[in-house]
Amino acid sequence: MSETALQRTNKDEGFKIGTFLTRNATLVALLALILFNIVFTNHFISIQTLNVNLTQVATIVIVGVGMTLVIATGGIDLSVGSLMAISGALAPLIFLGTAVKIGEIHLAVAVGMITGILAAGAFGWFNGWLITRFRIQPIIATLVLFIAGRGIAQVSTNGNLQPFKVPEFQWIGLGRWFGVPVQVIIMVILVAAAAWVLRGSLFGRQILAIGGNESAARLAGIPVARVKRWVYCISGLCSGIAGLVTIAINSSSDANLVGLGMELDAIAAVAVGGTLLSGGRATVTGTLLGALIIQLVRYTLLANGVPDDVAKLVKALLIVVAVWLQRQGRA
Amino acid sequence: MKKTNLLSLLSSQGVVIALVLLLIFGWLRYDNFLGLFNISTVLRYNSMFALVALGMCFVIMTGGIDLSVGSTAALGSVVAALLSTQGMLIGTLGGVAAGLCIGLLNGLVIVKLRILPFIATLATMLAANGSALLLAQDQSVSVSYEGTFVNLGQGDLAYIPIPALIAVLAYVIGSVVLNFTGTGRTVLAIGGNEDASRLMGLPVDRVKFLVYALSGGLSGLAGVILASQFGAGQPIEGVGWELFAIASVVVGGTLLTGGVGSVGATLAGVMLLGLIFNVLNFENGLGWISLSAYWQSVIRGLFLLAVVILQSRLTSKERVAA
Amino acid sequence: MIVGATARVILQMGSTTSSDSQVLLSMQNIQKAFAGIPALSSAMLEVRHGEVHALIGQNGAGKSTMIKILTGYVSKDAGEVSFDGAPFAARSPQDAQAKGISTIYQEINLVPYRSITENICLGREMRRFGLLDWGAMHAEARHLLSRFNIDIDVRKPLMEFNTATQQMVAIARAIGFQAKLVIMDEPTSSLDEREVEVLFEVIRQLKSSGISVIFVSHKLDELYAVCDRVTIMRDGRTVKTADMKSISKIELVASMLGRDISQVSKHATAFGGRKGTIGETVLQVSSLGAGHKVQDVSLSVRRGEIVGLAGLLGAGRTETVRLIFGADKLQKGSLSLDNKAFSPAEPIEAIDRGVGFSSEDRKVEGIIPDMSVAENMTLALMPQLTKMGVVDVEQQRALVEKFIARLGIKCSGPGQRIRELSGGNQQKVLLARWLAMNPKLLILDEPTRGIDVGAKAEIQTIVKELADQGLAVLMISSELEEVIEGSDRVFVLREGHNVAEFAGKEISEEAVMGAMAHGGSDTKGLVA
Repeated sequence: MSETALQRTNKDEGFKIGTFLTRNATLVALLALILFNIVFTNHFISIQTLNVNLTQVATIVIVGVGMTLVIATGGIDLSVGSLMAISGALAPLIFLGTAVKIGEIHLAVAVGMITGILAAGAFGWFNGWLITRFRIQPIIATLVLFIAGRGIAQVSTNGNLQPFKVPEFQWIGLGRWFGVPVQVIIMVILVAAAAWVLRGSLFGRQILAIGGNESAARLAGIPVARVKRWVYCISGLCSGIAGLVTIAINSSSDANLVGLGMELDAIAAVAVGGTLLSGGRATVTGTLLGALIIQLVRYTLLANGVPDDVAKLVKALLIVVAVWLQRQGRA
Repeated sequence: MKKTNLLSLLSSQGVVIALVLLLIFGWLRYDNFLGLFNISTVLRYNSMFALVALGMCFVIMTGGIDLSVGSTAALGSVVAALLSTQGMLIGTLGGVAAGLCIGLLNGLVIVKLRILPFIATLATMLAANGSALLLAQDQSVSVSYEGTFVNLGQGDLAYIPIPALIAVLAYVIGSVVLNFTGTGRTVLAIGGNEDASRLMGLPVDRVKFLVYALSGGLSGLAGVILASQFGAGQPIEGVGWELFAIASVVVGGTLLTGGVGSVGATLAGVMLLGLIFNVLNFENGLGWISLSAYWQSVIRGLFLLAVVILQSRLTSKERVAA
Repeated sequence: MIVGATARVILQMGSTTSSDSQVLLSMQNIQKAFAGIPALSSAMLEVRHGEVHALIGQNGAGKSTMIKILTGYVSKDAGEVSFDGAPFAARSPQDAQAKGISTIYQEINLVPYRSITENICLGREMRRFGLLDWGAMHAEARHLLSRFNIDIDVRKPLMEFNTATQQMVAIARAIGFQAKLVIMDEPTSSLDEREVEVLFEVIRQLKSSGISVIFVSHKLDELYAVCDRVTIMRDGRTVKTADMKSISKIELVASMLGRDISQVSKHATAFGGRKGTIGETVLQVSSLGAGHKVQDVSLSVRRGEIVGLAGLLGAGRTETVRLIFGADKLQKGSLSLDNKAFSPAEPIEAIDRGVGFSSEDRKVEGIIPDMSVAENMTLALMPQLTKMGVVDVEQQRALVEKFIARLGIKCSGPGQRIRELSGGNQQKVLLARWLAMNPKLLILDEPTRGIDVGAKAEIQTIVKELADQGLAVLMISSELEEVIEGSDRVFVLREGHNVAEFAGKEISEEAVMGAMAHGGSDTKGLVA
């Protein structure tokens, strides 16, 4: 921010095109990718391809929803991966009866899932509390739980792998409703809900107002601290859900691995999706599209014989270009 | 004023005090804690983190951040392992050069394209990771045992592990650069107030470029030691190193907003966080309690929390005073 | 075009004087526009060797643009600058510094965490064997500071010292860089009396060693205490340059505000012709204080009354109203609203009690640029427009459209982004933000700053009508006619104190300017 004052000179040319591209780039890019695949990739148009790609992005998008809200307030949440691990560690502890014995399996699963999600939400709220109470930069405040969170998950399971075969639980990662994977449905519901919150609710306006201009928001009577705490709490809850999906797919919970590197995947999806990283403008559907683009680029490259490692380089380029375009569009 | 001074002392020297206390605790409580074997093991292993943290320290002092250090180290280890057949020197230079490339790329994207350091280095983190896997063909690359390359990580010089000597040398140079060169002072000035630094006529862009290059180069060097120490280039190592490095720097009292920092305290921060793991091992060895090794992350997190809250108290005091 | 012609004449006149060997800096016919809006249209400034030259003017008069051109922060569009006998153009602040022009900014632009020595020597470090020679640098810093009789530990970080000392450090830095001209931008704004005296002593020392000073300040007494000549700017032009000795305070104020004291203009604003009646007291403020910006301010606002808050820049007007609104922390004094105790810790508490506040800085504290007109307008009212967390879009739209029509806001519709609107229309949206919640008390800080004449008149009319309908309004304006013609009562602030109160017929330009210039005690005589 401090740099802008000194750079008034070199930001004017070509922002009409930039604006157009930023507003529609994600969708255009996604359509172009799909078109490319229809022409060049064998067997691209199939339910299976669709399901494979959607299943792979589901957890990223679920976390990305919370991350989008956090970034919309001008913050960031590095702890999401660790919170996934916490939720993923606590739930099986309960439904496998390691920590508490609950006879009825459905009840045990329900209690386990709710405990996992709520615990992650509570830690998210703690992030928000640190940020608002002590005015700590979000990147540092959430770094605390990034480090300690995974430790908490590992300690609570003693670092052991918890393998399980509990269909009453695993529907969340393996089941299908009307042929659609359950986690994809959860993803769509969360995206729709968050998109609606941003558009139609008081809370959404407050989030965007804070990210758009925090001091103006405060002078207009918006309870800045309270809104921020809730946003970090929601990010925690989303991470909790994503953690459950992940362990359900794996049929096991490994606190060392669940959600590893998720913070960066989620932030990348948000950035590519066109949400302003400095806050104030956010699109949850953009995050969905961003995650799909990143996934589809990878899929396209792999399907056409390009090694996964090269796909990573392309992803890196994608992020830089997306953010750079955003800068141009915003000037 | 008095209270502020106390807080400021705690935040600048706290880590050293904590480190000394932890050492005394270990020395009193465990046999062989300060024994040659334990000391040299701890030093050998943590020297890699120390190098990465040194680069991170410079970056953070300018008010930036470098998330790419972990995968840059992995890339460095792969390049070094591949080149280790050509001898120690070529292997080392190759690893460092690979890291330097990533660092220069970071500097370029941040200074020229004006992209936030957080995002720019997030992207190069992926790029370095991809390159490492590509070069290594998705597996560990064994180093050549014929030359002297493995000595770099595994050898000793007068009972002191060579990686530790390298790290200490790097910290001495880093400390001299920070305290006795215009560039070093400019690093701190930029972090303290970038606009003012420009107005004071300091070469802001050049120095920012330099610190990212330095961070990349040091990460590459850490990668060289990694390859040499474990006998292989490890393309998937380095996950989470960046955040560990950031934590060490912060625990060392360097302000994340930039402008205040100490190279020595960063080293103390690395040692403190590293020793927590060591002490846990010893404690478990006593058999009184059985705290799993996983407690180290929790304790590290708590340390970070304490430091961060302390710092925020300190800065808010200043705000009132000003 | 006509402006250009006159300017050229001025330029010629200027060049004759600038051949004078006494002149160090000469800026003639300077023009500068930002995004098409002229900030300077025909500005000139001439500073002699070893002179302390005051540069004064209201907000937007162009002082800071002049300084920015001198220091290479921005480049001029047209005009001539010569410095020390040669044409001068600074490419950047460091370039200006190298050429002998140093600036001491109001917000001290040094690095707080670093030592005094570094702040003085950074950029021209002393080296030995390629490494920094701390001994020599500390000695240099001590030596420079000793010229001002300052003896401090130069190894300590700058932030441990008070503002006055920090300023001395900035000045020492400038001297270390062999400055021939030192620009001081409101250097006394956060100093106490004793510190100001020390600063003046330093300025006199600079003068005696042949260094010139441009001194920007709004505290008139200080100008007389330390300056030799003064240049007054208004609306991007230089209106007058004079010897301090030959110009009176009231003349200074009149030139700044563009007033001829002998001729008082009538009805320059859309105020006037007030109808409603003034009712009971809504807001009572007693002995408010916080920091040194607000020391002891008491005032009151009644139903249906517009109360003007007048004062020069830095008199504490904005700081006072921010305290009333709960935006800053109150340190002493008490407030009551509708005869009930009132002490808002956060703006939201003031809003809940029916107080609205439109900030002076529309961009930084008013609009949320990326949000729509509708959302910006209903931001404070949002909780009332929400049922179970859902925004009632219909009700919102109806309300917004009502205010768009009522205030004549020109926009493509409620959904247009506010950043795309003109300043005047943005201001109306912000006004509507508060009107929509039907407040008891509306605080307006510079409601018509930076907007065009038409919109200005419209906003003034709206405010008048609101007061007629019984709203209590507390208004800050740096435009004298707005305060004079718009207010039922005027409180004049000066250096954190309210020094005068005028009501009804007592309100006149002479009286208010007199109080702004001299403070309360002198006013009586002047009015009489």
